[in-house]
Amino acid sequence: MLDTTARIGTPEGIELTLRVAGPVPRALAWVLDLLIRAVILVIIGLGAGALGQFGAAIMMLSMFLLEWLYPAWFEVNWSGATPGKRAMGLMVLHDDGTPVRWSAALTRNLLRALDFLPFMYFLGYCAMVSNRDFKRLGDLAADTLVVYREEKPRTLKIPEAPPVAPPFQMSAAEQRTVLDFAERSARLTPERSAELAEIAASLTAGRSGDAATGRLVALANHLIGRR
Amino acid sequence: MRQAVFEQRHGEEIGRFERWLEHKQAGRRDRTRAVNALPDVEMPAVYRRICQLLALARDRQYSPDLVDRLNQLVLRGHHLLYGARGGHSARVLRFLAADFPGMVRDEWRLVVASMVLFFGPLLAMIAALIAHPDFIYHLLDPRHIAQFQEMYDPANTRVGMRDADDNVMMFAYYIWNNVKIGFQTFATGMAFGLGTIFYLLSNGLTIGAVAGYLTAVGHGVPFWSFVSGHSAMELGAIVLSGAAGLKLGGALISPRGLSRKAALVAAGRPAVKIMYGAALMFLIAAFIEGFWSPLKTFPPSTKYAVGLAIWLILLLYFLFAGRGRGT
Repeated sequence: MLDTTARIGTPEGIELTLRVAGPVPRALAWVLDLLIRAVILVIIGLGAGALGQFGAAIMMLSMFLLEWLYPAWFEVNWSGATPGKRAMGLMVLHDDGTPVRWSAALTRNLLRALDFLPFMYFLGYCAMVSNRDFKRLGDLAADTLVVYREEKPRTLKIPEAPPVAPPFQMSAAEQRTVLDFAERSARLTPERSAELAEIAASLTAGRSGDAATGRLVALANHLIGRR
Repeated sequence: MRQAVFEQRHGEEIGRFERWLEHKQAGRRDRTRAVNALPDVEMPAVYRRICQLLALARDRQYSPDLVDRLNQLVLRGHHLLYGARGGHSARVLRFLAADFPGMVRDEWRLVVASMVLFFGPLLAMIAALIAHPDFIYHLLDPRHIAQFQEMYDPANTRVGMRDADDNVMMFAYYIWNNVKIGFQTFATGMAFGLGTIFYLLSNGLTIGAVAGYLTAVGHGVPFWSFVSGHSAMELGAIVLSGAAGLKLGGALISPRGLSRKAALVAAGRPAVKIMYGAALMFLIAAFIEGFWSPLKTFPPSTKYAVGLAIWLILLLYFLFAGRGRGT
C-alpha cells in the first residue's frame, strides 16, 4: 500500500487506522511554533528590557523554557499538539495510539538536539524518509507517532444520481475506490473520468464514455446509503 | 445483516457514545450545556461494544463512511480510556527518594565509563597545565584566557565583581548554558554513543585546562573556592548525562536479542529518567553557582568544606538512597 497509514492494535482486539504526517506539514508546524516562540520572546523582551540585569535573567530563563519545555508541555497538556501542530491539524501519540505523557514527550523533544544536526533537522529528515511511519530519531527513541487529527469524519460530496446496487459484494477497498472516484469525478474532465471508469469493467459492464462514469456515480450513491 | 438494519439497531448506542465523547472533550464552558446521557462508569462497557461494532462493520464490508465514523469514535474513546493517569506528586517524591539513585546504580558500568571519559582528561589536563601553563594557548582563544584570568584575579574582592542582579542573571545563564550542554551530551548518544563521548572528552579537556592554568598562574585560591560549591552537582550532572547518552548508544550497538528499534525504546525510558535527575542537578548547580559561589564573605576553607560536604552527600545519596525498597 502506498497510503501513509499506521495500524495499531488496542486491548479490545481492534485495529485502529491512523494517518501519519509527513515531513512537510511537520516542518511547517515547526516554523509556526518558531514564530510563536519568537513573538513571546519579543513581548517578554519589551517588558524585561526595563529591568536591566534582572530582565536579562528573565529573558534567558524564558529562552530556556521555550526551547526545551514549550513543545513537551503542549504535547502533554494540549491534546498532543503544540500550537503549530494544532494549526496544521497534527497531533503526537504513543505508538499504541494513547496520548503522549511526559516521559515520551521529553524524550522526543530532548532528542531534537540530535535531529537538528548538522543543520536544520537534516538527520531528522533522513530518519523520517527512511521508515514507513515518518519517525525522526526522537520519535524512534520515544516510541511516538505524529498523525493527522481527524475530529469529525470527512463527509463525502458525491454527486446525486439514482442509486444502483452493485452486481456483487464489493470489498472495503473496492468500495472506497468507487467512492473516491465519484467524489473526484466532478473535478476531472469528462474524457479522463470516462477513461478511469472504463478500467472498472466488471462494474460498468461494458459501458463506455459518460455512461461508465454515470454508472460508477450511481453505484457510489448506493454505497453511501441513498435509496 | 444489511447495513441499514445494523445502523438502525445500533445507531442509538453509537449516538450516545458520541455525545459522551463530545461532553468530555468540550471546553469547560460548553460542558454544562452539552447533554450527557451516559454515566462515566458505563463508558468502558459501551466502548467495548463500539469496538465490537467496528470489527463487525469492517468484516461485513459495510460502507467506508460508517467504518470511518466508528474508527474515529473508537480512537477518541481509546484516548480517553487509556490516556488518563494520576498521582503525580507522590511519584515525584518516590522518584527522588528511590527510583533515581536506584537507576543510577543499575547503570553503574555506564556511569563509571562516563566518569573515566570526563574526569580522565580533566585530571590529566590539570596535571599537564600545572607543569606547562603555556600549553593553554594551544587550546583556548587568548581573549578567553584573559577573561578567565581577570575573573579569578586574587585582587578582586568578589569574583567578577557582581552585584545581586548580576547573580540572578548568571543563575539564568548557567541554567541555559549548562543544561544545554547536558542535553546535547545525552541526545548525541543516539549516534552510537559517539556524540556523548565527544562532548564528555571536550568538556573534560576544557574544564581541566582552565583549572590547571589558573592554579599554575597563582589564581588557584579564588578559582577553587568559587567552583568548589557547585562542582559536585554540575560535574555529577554532566557524568550522568553522559551515562544516559551511552545507554542510548549502547542499545544501538548491542541490542541483546531485540531489534535495534525495540532496544532503543527500552533504553530510552530509563535514560530519560536519568536525564530528569540530571536536569534537576544542573538546576541546583546553577543556583549554587549563581548565589553561593560568588560570595567572598566566607574564607576559602569554609567554601572548600561546603564543596566537599556536597560531594559526600551526593556520593552517599547515589550509593544508598532507596536501597531495600525493592525498586
